[in-house]
Amino acid sequence: MLNKTGIPTAEDVKKVAPSEDRLKKGPVAIIECFQEIPCNPCTEACKQGAIQPMEDINNLPRLDFDKCNGCGVCLSRCPGLAIFIVDASYSDTEAVVRIPFEYLPVPQVSDKVVGLSRAGEELGVFEVIKVQSGGRKNKTYTLWIVVPNNLAMDLRSIRLGGVRHAN
Amino acid sequence: MPKVKETEILIVGGGPAGLSAASAAANLGASVLVLERDEKPGGQLIKQTHKFFGSKKQYAGDRGYQIGDLLIEQCGNNPKVEVWTNTTALGIYEDGVVTAEGRAKHLKINPKKIIVATGASEKMITFPNNDLPGIYGAGAVQTLMNVHGIVPGRRVLMIGAGNIGLIVSYQLMQAGVEIAAIIEAAPTIGGYLVHASKIRRAGVPILTSHTITEAYGNESVEGAIICKLDEGWQPVSGSEQDLKVDVICLAVGLSPLTELCFQADCQMKYVSELSGHVPVRNEHLETTRPGLYVAGDVSGVEEASSAMVEGRLAGISAACSLGYGEDIAPKLQAEALAELSELRAGPAGQKTLRGIMNLMDKGGAVC
Repeated sequence: MLNKTGIPTAEDVKKVAPSEDRLKKGPVAIIECFQEIPCNPCTEACKQGAIQPMEDINNLPRLDFDKCNGCGVCLSRCPGLAIFIVDASYSDTEAVVRIPFEYLPVPQVSDKVVGLSRAGEELGVFEVIKVQSGGRKNKTYTLWIVVPNNLAMDLRSIRLGGVRHAN
Repeated sequence: MPKVKETEILIVGGGPAGLSAASAAANLGASVLVLERDEKPGGQLIKQTHKFFGSKKQYAGDRGYQIGDLLIEQCGNNPKVEVWTNTTALGIYEDGVVTAEGRAKHLKINPKKIIVATGASEKMITFPNNDLPGIYGAGAVQTLMNVHGIVPGRRVLMIGAGNIGLIVSYQLMQAGVEIAAIIEAAPTIGGYLVHASKIRRAGVPILTSHTITEAYGNESVEGAIICKLDEGWQPVSGSEQDLKVDVICLAVGLSPLTELCFQADCQMKYVSELSGHVPVRNEHLETTRPGLYVAGDVSGVEEASSAMVEGRLAGISAACSLGYGEDIAPKLQAEALAELSELRAGPAGQKTLRGIMNLMDKGGAVC
């Protein structure tokens, strides 16, 4: 149960996942926001009209997968760091998962990182192919990570290699 | 005789509610004095590094310290606002004079209206050895790290999975400190689940229905024993775990900081949904002592976004009662009230709404 562990269940994820067909067409946002809280920056971030305006600010976001082009603006705006972009069209066998990242050190392009699931479990070692800064004000980085197709809907974090200041 | 400082509106507390109240009142033309006991205004905002929720009207998407900087700048740019830092309000007297201690002097202020925006203080829980060095309140950990740039230790046990426990855990992880676990006595996570999920997927366990039974260590904390709680919140024998940690951080809730309201003889009421004794007040946040308003956590513990809106509402109401902006004040008040309703409309705001209904209910015990 999400509200006991912090881990979204398979059923939770199913509710916000696009179809296999849509995934294969190219980059698309997955909004893993499962609790009604007063928050709407994603609706204003989306310039494609894919994230529909909320009647009530407590509503869950609603994404039109066909309008979403996977630009990733919402990913870097979401205060909850709950939006990911999946591109299953990357190659026949691999997909790219874009994740928000706010730790140090920030991985560099071509670094190998340990991918983690929603439960923080290790999924393997994967390559970072692009790193984008959120800019001076936003500050949230976006990491592009290449994974085998079957992990595109599983990888959501990386193991932290942060410096241990307190040693 | 020391000189008495005259001002139209005195605001006690320079956090999100107080600063929002100051600029709202000054924008309508009132002269405002803010007392802030810390060396810098901004309250808890200056320690918040995460992006805030809410809507654009409450600066959603900006990080807490950025919002703090903005509020400080708004007050700094307004010639009608004066801020006295390192100044602590001491008492509000029958004749309306407020005394304060600041710059090693005993100060007297004679305001026409008062807005109390003193915030909240952290709760403590009891367990053996809870006085060992290495046991901190979450606010202290944030002050150490985000104001002074000092990490509190290497490995932390966080107690409490409300928003503060989750956010401070995340900040510790960002500073390179390991979180052994976040434990929560309640059966479910109290804070926003998006905060919980981002910590969980980085590998930190969140253990609901768990509590601390004792801390141990010679000179300072060396570890903690935690255990499971059953449905009746009783320890499950045999479920004990020993966690080697050098810091135990308590994020077990806040209480409204209401001493000034009690002392000023505002009618008070205990409302558990608002986290303690809070002053009875009307829709525009005026208490039962005419001319004394409240805003932010002192009137019921909530989020900073609603504290800012409450501050604005109290500032407008106090200024309007002095004759400023009488033409536009009703519209501004209605806008602020609509924003508050919007913020509290979802499941997360139901507790606050129940608390306010309870508070406004004329029946029940008041003191």
